[in-house]
Amino acid sequence: MKQSIFTIKENVALTSTVYKMVLVGDTSDITATGQFVNIKLDGLFLRRPISVCDWDNEALTIIYKVVGTGTEQMASMPVGTELDILTGLGNGYDTSKSGNSPLLIGGGVGVPPMYALAKKLISEGKDVTVILGFNNKDEIFYENEFKALGATVYITTVDGSYGNKGFVTDVMKTLTYSYFYTCGPMPMFKAIEATAVTSGQFSFEERMGCGFGACMGCSCETKYGNKRICRDGPVLEREEIIW
Amino acid sequence: MVNTKVNLCGIELDNPIIPASGTFGFGYEFAELYDINILGSFSFKGTTRDPRFGNPTPRIAECPNGMINAVGLQNPGVERVLSEELPKMKKVFRKPVMANVSGFSIEDYVYTVGRLEEESQIGWYEVNISCPNVHGGGMAFGTSPEAAATVTKAVRAVTKKPLIIKLSPNVTDIVSIAKACESEGADGISLINTLLGMRIDLKTKKPVIANKMGGFSGAAIFPVAVRMVYQVSHAVSVPVVGMGGVSSAEDVIEMMLAGATAVEVGAANLVDPFICKDIIEKLPAVMEKYGIKDLQGLKID
Repeated sequence: MKQSIFTIKENVALTSTVYKMVLVGDTSDITATGQFVNIKLDGLFLRRPISVCDWDNEALTIIYKVVGTGTEQMASMPVGTELDILTGLGNGYDTSKSGNSPLLIGGGVGVPPMYALAKKLISEGKDVTVILGFNNKDEIFYENEFKALGATVYITTVDGSYGNKGFVTDVMKTLTYSYFYTCGPMPMFKAIEATAVTSGQFSFEERMGCGFGACMGCSCETKYGNKRICRDGPVLEREEIIW
Repeated sequence: MVNTKVNLCGIELDNPIIPASGTFGFGYEFAELYDINILGSFSFKGTTRDPRFGNPTPRIAECPNGMINAVGLQNPGVERVLSEELPKMKKVFRKPVMANVSGFSIEDYVYTVGRLEEESQIGWYEVNISCPNVHGGGMAFGTSPEAAATVTKAVRAVTKKPLIIKLSPNVTDIVSIAKACESEGADGISLINTLLGMRIDLKTKKPVIANKMGGFSGAAIFPVAVRMVYQVSHAVSVPVVGMGGVSSAEDVIEMMLAGATAVEVGAANLVDPFICKDIIEKLPAVMEKYGIKDLQGLKID
């Protein structure tokens, strides 16, 4: 974990409620896809944890949905704004278990961490398939970005306004895959748990105090004992999760 | 040169800064960030007789200048603290540590202190009779002078180490409780634990915290803490450890002017993991700025 100052290089709306922010700063402590950063915002006591969508040596990209005071404030920040950020938080996805044809499933604002994961798996020579689930056509983002990586991309919308009508699991059950990785809302996780035919990894969200394992605010019980979502997670393996 | 050393119940500290229990684990997460031996000491995660998962999540809520937690004393229990946590702590921390102990009955407190007594690195006990997040114990022992006296007397009988009792602010007369602890042999008083608080989500129209209520901490409670430290330190003759919303070197000095001998830093650690290091580094300059050469004897009338 590292605490450092980042500068906003880009902050643009991808949909009416989802924004992409590119932050220039020290990314050296980000070691795995699926990790998150914790952002200090003026006037708010607790930092705001946001998953990392992508990063390189100079900058990191986050994609966030405006859901409350903190993300509202972020959406209005101009380029050049400096932010105090803790980086390198969480365990992230373990790509060593992917097999040759991993399936990545992102639901809504759970889509962003799938991007760097897809990029990494493709760089390792894996045949990556991605299912991105949204409520409707207006909420879709990053379809072309995933395609540009070379992944096979399926889009699902609940109302059928784009791509496959229905849920991510409607596509999942038609595919063969060696392993799966997912991030998204709890109802989607439960549907995936009921559908999946392989092992896999789920990235969980919980209200956090510190984000680095000190406060025990985000603990959960697993088959292998209590875990802190922020430090022992956010990624848990299918076999250890108590549903 | 200024002197930042203080003496807490016969043990000298290099400085008065002590990360508060529940915000610093057993130290080793923070030891990855900086050398925690620069601290005066730290108070380790509240330990109970049996392992506890704590309360259901969500158990954290944002507040103006603070936060609510309803963790509920999650800890691995005293046996695993002895076999797993303290060995890990000893690899990164060499100074006397403050052992924070909690319980649900007098027997629990006595048992847990008894199990920890042989640990030579434990400098003090901080007996928590003020946790607002558990039922049937915790704060119940800290809300009447009689119950506080009973716990103090029972623990006093099983330890030779300095005994500090951690008090709740959720009472009508904290001074009478502090005096009751002192009269039964407490070597020190620490205060304040969190203030009982609650938030309700406007969208869901439900409490933010699964347990509905929790302990309010952070900068917002600092004035309440200063007031109570002042009241208690002027009513007892044993040392007082002040805490509640401390976030800067200036806050540390204010707490010591109120009568604290040492100062714990709690919620601020969760927002800025380097805050205690930062305070310790800035303390000498802030002392000089206010013409303070020595932190001992700062207490105002």
